[in-house]
Amino acid sequence: MNVETTVLGADEIILNMGPQHPSTHGVLRVKLRLDGEKVVGSECVIGYLHRGVEKIAEHRSYQQFAPYVDRMDYVAAVSNGLGYCEAVEKLMQVEAPPRARVIRTILTELQRIASHLFWLGTHALDIGALTPLFYCLREREEILKIFEKYCGARLTTHAFRIGGLQYEAYDELEKDVERFCKDFDKRVDEYEALLTENRIWVGRTKGIGILTAKDAIAMGVTGPVLRASGVQWDLRKAIPYAAYDQYEFSIPTGKNGDTYDRYLVRLEEMRQSRKICLQAIENIPAGPILGKVGKVLKPPPGEVYHSIEAPKGELGYYIVSDGTTQPYRVRIRPPSLINLEALDQMIRGHLVADVVAVIGTLDIVLGEVDR
Amino acid sequence: MNAIIPYILPVLFALVIVALLPLVAGYIVLVERKVMADMQVRLGPMRVGPHGLLQPIADAVKLLLKEDIIPESADKLVFWGAPLISVTAAMLALAALPIGPFFQIADLNIGLLYILGVSSLGIFGIVLGGWASNSHYSLMGALRSAAQLVSYETSAGMAVVGALLLAGTLSTRGIVEAQADTGWWFIFVAPVGFFIYLVASIAETNRAPFDMPEAESELVAGYMTEYSGFRWALYFLAEYTNMVVVASIATTLFLGGWMRPFANTRAFNFLDYLPPLLMLWVAGYCFRRTPKQPVPVQKMFMAAVGLLCIVVALVLIMPMAVPRDSFLASSKPGIHGAFWFLFKVGAYIYVFMWLRFTFPRYRFDQLMRLGWQFLVPLSIVNVMMIGVALALHRQLGWPNWVTFPLGILLTLIAGGYLLAMGEKHEQIRVGDDENAEVDAREETPVNV
Repeated sequence: MNVETTVLGADEIILNMGPQHPSTHGVLRVKLRLDGEKVVGSECVIGYLHRGVEKIAEHRSYQQFAPYVDRMDYVAAVSNGLGYCEAVEKLMQVEAPPRARVIRTILTELQRIASHLFWLGTHALDIGALTPLFYCLREREEILKIFEKYCGARLTTHAFRIGGLQYEAYDELEKDVERFCKDFDKRVDEYEALLTENRIWVGRTKGIGILTAKDAIAMGVTGPVLRASGVQWDLRKAIPYAAYDQYEFSIPTGKNGDTYDRYLVRLEEMRQSRKICLQAIENIPAGPILGKVGKVLKPPPGEVYHSIEAPKGELGYYIVSDGTTQPYRVRIRPPSLINLEALDQMIRGHLVADVVAVIGTLDIVLGEVDR
Repeated sequence: MNAIIPYILPVLFALVIVALLPLVAGYIVLVERKVMADMQVRLGPMRVGPHGLLQPIADAVKLLLKEDIIPESADKLVFWGAPLISVTAAMLALAALPIGPFFQIADLNIGLLYILGVSSLGIFGIVLGGWASNSHYSLMGALRSAAQLVSYETSAGMAVVGALLLAGTLSTRGIVEAQADTGWWFIFVAPVGFFIYLVASIAETNRAPFDMPEAESELVAGYMTEYSGFRWALYFLAEYTNMVVVASIATTLFLGGWMRPFANTRAFNFLDYLPPLLMLWVAGYCFRRTPKQPVPVQKMFMAAVGLLCIVVALVLIMPMAVPRDSFLASSKPGIHGAFWFLFKVGAYIYVFMWLRFTFPRYRFDQLMRLGWQFLVPLSIVNVMMIGVALALHRQLGWPNWVTFPLGILLTLIAGGYLLAMGEKHEQIRVGDDENAEVDAREETPVNV
């Protein structure tokens, strides 16, 4: 959309949204050019949470760097860990044993549910519905408890290890996951009862922040945002990793690419993740949890790119090894950063209230955007 | 000396209201937080006092002791005075509202006009405060607030006119008495009017789902963004006082004011025992929780709250326990009237809270559309239908039970028509968007 001239010849306002603002999900700063309340342009300013994660990697051994990736997308630490571990495994040409792969899948899918729950709660809060947040946190808590039982940490889990798992699964893991999954479908129905048919919710989300499939692909947008635009692209199906090739699940897609579709897609993804978890716990193979990796990791010189379907989109690791114990270069492709690129196009012509709705629907985590 | 005497009681009432209102507002906040917690599977404030009963006082102390910050670029005088305007306007409106047949500061013959006029003055405080802060967020909050209040004042005023026609007087006491005479609260005679007033009053008090001016996730805190400490507390007080005011207006106009349900039916006289029993039940709950409090001070406090409830229950039951012709017995309408009035106000405010925690927020343009395209036309139809019903009854002698249901039915049909038109309007808009989408999708390779 072209920048329109103002109707009354009045000056445009520059509104500085963030970095301290209740609904920019951390420290995002958006400079909005407004005509009254209408957005005519925007500019994202990022970097307030930059910690130099990629540079840190160059001064740590491969194992030492693993906990750092948990701190990028701190809402989905397990997924970050999975991506990194698999990338290094690919570099070293080892494979995690089947048992490790299945347990990795279970935990990663639980993490996807937890991440989507957190998104749903905060997104609803941005649009003004206070209550769903607490219902979502209630369910997320159960998932975090499973993580805590498994590895002792709730948020930055460092659950996996290069070559397999950090810890053997505890005895009741299957039971805990099953108990969670049994109730979870009804809980998602509860959220839907609160929001899906709600006139105000539909009015606030339908037709807002439309991203066409063409634009989405052109901008490299991935994850639920891309799928809501109608593109059936999911790395779990396209390039299966971990144990995803063993399980039945479908990839939900939207039609219009608006905020409402992204909401529906993520809800359906939670249901599909639950399905994967239920299938996975039925048959966890026995065996070792750690593949053949030495105490000192010295990958052969070379480079590798490995990406996984993180809750927010394609999370890729590009690692260059020079044959020493420390990576020569680690480059991370964070889904949040790339998805955030689409923000300007999505909010042009909408009102200030829609800006927070669109920021919410992109599901960004600033720890990952800035790294 | 004799000239002063008639003013003593009103001045006393006024002092009571001004002294108690901040406390009441504080406790409404506590109740709101507790209700919110209950709906969100939490406990809410539990630390300050048993069950958080002292939280409002702790909050007030904190706000009073906070540093008073006035931004460098603010217009100092206006910034200083704006909250005062808001809070004064809100409190003035309470003067004409009858809390029970005896407890009223002034029974003005233009009572309703006075209330409507004075309570809309509060917007000056918001607009001036937002402007004086010299911040974008504040300014946008203030502008939204002004537009919103003007829009919804229209339909609220129209809804009030409906009740006015029915009562035939502007005096608030007269309106309640008109409902007492027929025994029919106006909510049953003009339900659509009540509904319009409910929606409009939520919007007027800037409460969710219409809390545009202070939409937390968009405008940080709207017109209050730059305020802190005591001045912020004044705005807060104004907001909650406004809630009490609109709830009182609704109670007076539509819910029978200080009247007990079925006030004219002797068979329901046992309802008089409900207020003391309710207080006794609350007291019982307090006593039951007393041993569970962790600290002796909290135990004592809980017991004291229980005792207070028992005292209130005794006061409520006293007029019925003493001989019928004594002075104390004659105080019954006053005491019970106040109870029922406050009870109804509380129920109305509870509905406000309930809606706040259930619904997402409207967007500003949607809010305006709802106001102008649905509520205003509906309220005009509502006034017309009430007028027609009254005319048919008075001029042609049609019985009441025919004319009023007919009027309500026609109003509902009009409302349905307006809703359908609104939907159609929406669909045209969305339809346009969808067509554009289809074009874009055709060029795109789906299923990569």
